[in-house]
Amino acid sequence: MLELKNVETYYGNIKALKGISLFVGDGEIITLIGANGAGKSTTLMTICGITPARIGDILFEKKSIRSLEPNRIVSLGISQVPEGRRIFPLLTVAENLDMGAFLRNDRAEIQKDLDYVFTLFPILKKRIHQQGGTLSGGEQQMLAISRALMSKPRLLLLDEPSLGLAPLAVQQIFQMIQKINSENKTTILLVEQNAFMALKVAHRGYVMENGTITLEGPAVDLLKDERIKRAYLGL
Amino acid sequence: MNIFSELKKSLIVALWFVFLTFPIMVIRVNTIEKIIEWRWRNMLIIAIGSFLVSLLWRYLLTRKQTQTDSQLEKRPLSQLIFEEPKVYKPILVLIGLFVVIFPFIFSSYQINIMTTALMYVMLGLGLNIVVGLAGLLDLGYVAFYAVGAYTYALINHHFGLGFWTILPVGALLAAFFGILLGFPVLRLRGDYLAIVTLGFGEIIRLILENWNEFSFGPSGIAHISRPGFMGINLNLNESIIYLYYLMIFFCLITIFVINRLQNSRIGRAWIALREDEVACQAMGIDKTKTKLTAFALGATWAGMVGVIFAAKTTFVNPASFTFLESAMILSIVVLGGMGSIVGVFIAAMILILTPEYLRAFSNYRMLLFGAVMVLMMVFRPQGIVPNVRRFYRFRRVTSNPGNLYDKSS
Ligand SMILES: Nc1ncnc2c1ncn2[C@@H]1O[C@H](COP(=O)(O)OP(=O)(O)O)[C@@H](O)[C@H]1O
Ligand SMILES: [Mg+2]
Repeated sequence: MLELKNVETYYGNIKALKGISLFVGDGEIITLIGANGAGKSTTLMTICGITPARIGDILFEKKSIRSLEPNRIVSLGISQVPEGRRIFPLLTVAENLDMGAFLRNDRAEIQKDLDYVFTLFPILKKRIHQQGGTLSGGEQQMLAISRALMSKPRLLLLDEPSLGLAPLAVQQIFQMIQKINSENKTTILLVEQNAFMALKVAHRGYVMENGTITLEGPAVDLLKDERIKRAYLGL
Repeated sequence: MNIFSELKKSLIVALWFVFLTFPIMVIRVNTIEKIIEWRWRNMLIIAIGSFLVSLLWRYLLTRKQTQTDSQLEKRPLSQLIFEEPKVYKPILVLIGLFVVIFPFIFSSYQINIMTTALMYVMLGLGLNIVVGLAGLLDLGYVAFYAVGAYTYALINHHFGLGFWTILPVGALLAAFFGILLGFPVLRLRGDYLAIVTLGFGEIIRLILENWNEFSFGPSGIAHISRPGFMGINLNLNESIIYLYYLMIFFCLITIFVINRLQNSRIGRAWIALREDEVACQAMGIDKTKTKLTAFALGATWAGMVGVIFAAKTTFVNPASFTFLESAMILSIVVLGGMGSIVGVFIAAMILILTPEYLRAFSNYRMLLFGAVMVLMMVFRPQGIVPNVRRFYRFRRVTSNPGNLYDKSS
C-alpha cells in the first residue's frame, strides 16, 4: 500500500531523515518506534507532504506521491493524526469533525462515517457542541482520531496517540485502533514511544534511531529482541 | 492591594514624566529678549496630573484583574442580547425604522456623513474577512479600495460607462489584484505579511500619483457620474438620498454574505487555519488556496466600495488612498471586535461620525484616536462587541444529536 524508498528529508540544512525505506502492506498495522528526536514525526509529515522529501520516493498504491501537495495526498486516502492531537480548540466537536471531511461533499456518506465514529467513541456524541479545547486529553485524542477518520482514509497515520494519557485511556485508544483496523480494513502506520503497547497491537514494526531505520521485523519477534528489550521496553 | 506601593509607583511615574517633559514644558528660550523662562507652574501641573492619571490607571487595572477573576463564567452582554429574540427583535425593528426614515429627518449634510460611515462599515466588514476570520494582517487594504475607485473613474472618464456596469468590473479587478498580491505573499507569516501588504498599498498609491498619463497624477479625475436610477436623472439632493439607500442595501448584502461565510465550511476553515496550520494541512485543507480566497474576497469588497466612493464624491485622487486610510479601516475591525459584524458596525459609526461632529477637537484627532486604541487594547482587547460565533448547530440536532447535517437543507 505504502512504500518509502530511501527517503531523505531536511529542515533547512539539517538532515532529519537519512534514507528511510519502509513498506506498509494492505490492511496491516505497522508501528514505528524510537526515542525522542529519532525522526518518527518527520517520517509521517513527509508521507503527508507537509515537510516534503528532498531525495527518494514515496509510493502510495504503486503511484509516486512524493511531489504532491498535502491536500492531494489526503484526497488519495491518507490521513494523519498529528502528534499532540492538534485539534482546533475554538471549533466545536462537530466543527472539528467537519474539518476532517473538508475534501468531501457527499453528505449522506459523511453522515454515515460520523455515525461510525460515534459508535467508536460515544462520548464525542455527548460533547458534540462543546468546543474542542474544553475536552479532556483522552477525549481530545478520540476527537483527533475521529477527525482523521472523517476523510475516509485507507491509510491512517497515528503519531503517538498515547502521549500524555492516563493508562486506562491508553488502553481504550489502542483497542479502538485495532478495531478500526479490523472492521474497516484501514491500514495503520502507528508511531509510538510506548513500544510495548505498540508492538502488542502491530503486525510488524520498524525501529528508528537518528533518522535511520535500524531494525525491522514482525512485532512478536521485536518484542523478544534483546536490544529492544533493553532500549525501549526497560526490561 | 497595597496602597503604599501603588502610591510609590505613581510617584515614580510622576517624577519620570516631570523629567521627560522638563525641556519642553518648563524651559522656554525667549530668542527675542535672549532670556530663559522657567515655567515651574507647568512642572507642578504635570507632576500632579501624571500622578493622578497613573493612580487611576493602576486602579482600573487591578479592578479589571479582579473582575476577570470573578466574572470568568459570565457571558458577555452582547451574547445575551443576541440569544434572546424578545430583546433583539424590537431593537432590530427600531434600528430598521430609524435607518429608513433617516433621510427625511436629517439634512443632506448629515445623510452624506452617514453614507460615508456606511461605506466604512462595508470596508470594515470586508477587511474583517481577511483579518478577523482568516487572521491575515493586511495593512494595504486601501490599495484594493483604490483599484475599485480608479476602475470606475477611468472607465467612466474614457468610455462613459455607468455605475452599475462598472461595479462588478471594479469588484473583479480588485479580486484579481488580491490574488496577484496574495500568491507570492500568503506564504509569509504574520508580521512579514503585514509589511509586504503595507508596501503594496504604498506602491499602488505611488503609481497613481506618478503615472500621469494613466491616472492623471495628484490632480486626480473629476466629473465622475453619479449612479443612475433606472435612467432617471436625479438632482444633487435626490442623488444623495439615493446613495444613502444604496449603501444601506449594500451593507445588508454584505452582512448577509459574511454571515453565511462565517457559518460555512470555508469560514470554519479560516478559523481552523488561524488556529493550527499543520493540522489543517493534515486534514487536506489547501493552505494557500484557503487564504487566497479570504484575501480575494476581502479585496472584492474593497473594490466595490471603491466604485461607490468614486460615484459618491464624483472625484478621485491618490490622496484618498493613503496608509492612514488602511489604518482607519483596520482600527474599525480591531476596535469592533475581530470577526464581529455588529462590532464593526458600531466601531465604524464611532470612528467616522465622532470626528465629524467633534470638529472642535480636530487638532487632537490622532491623539484621541491613539489614546482610545491603547485604552481599548488594555481594557477590552476582545473589542466593543466580541465575536459571538454561532456554532455549527443544525435544526434537527435536539432530536438527534448525532446528526451533522439537517437532511431537509
Ligand atoms: N520544525 C523543525 N525544524 C527543525 N528541526 C526539526 C523540526 N521538527 C523536528 N526537527 C528535528 O528533526 C529531528 C526529528 O524530529 P521528530 O521527527 O520530531 O522526532 P520524533 O517524532 O521521533 O521525536 C529532531 O532532531 C528534531 O530536532
Ligand atoms: Mg514525534
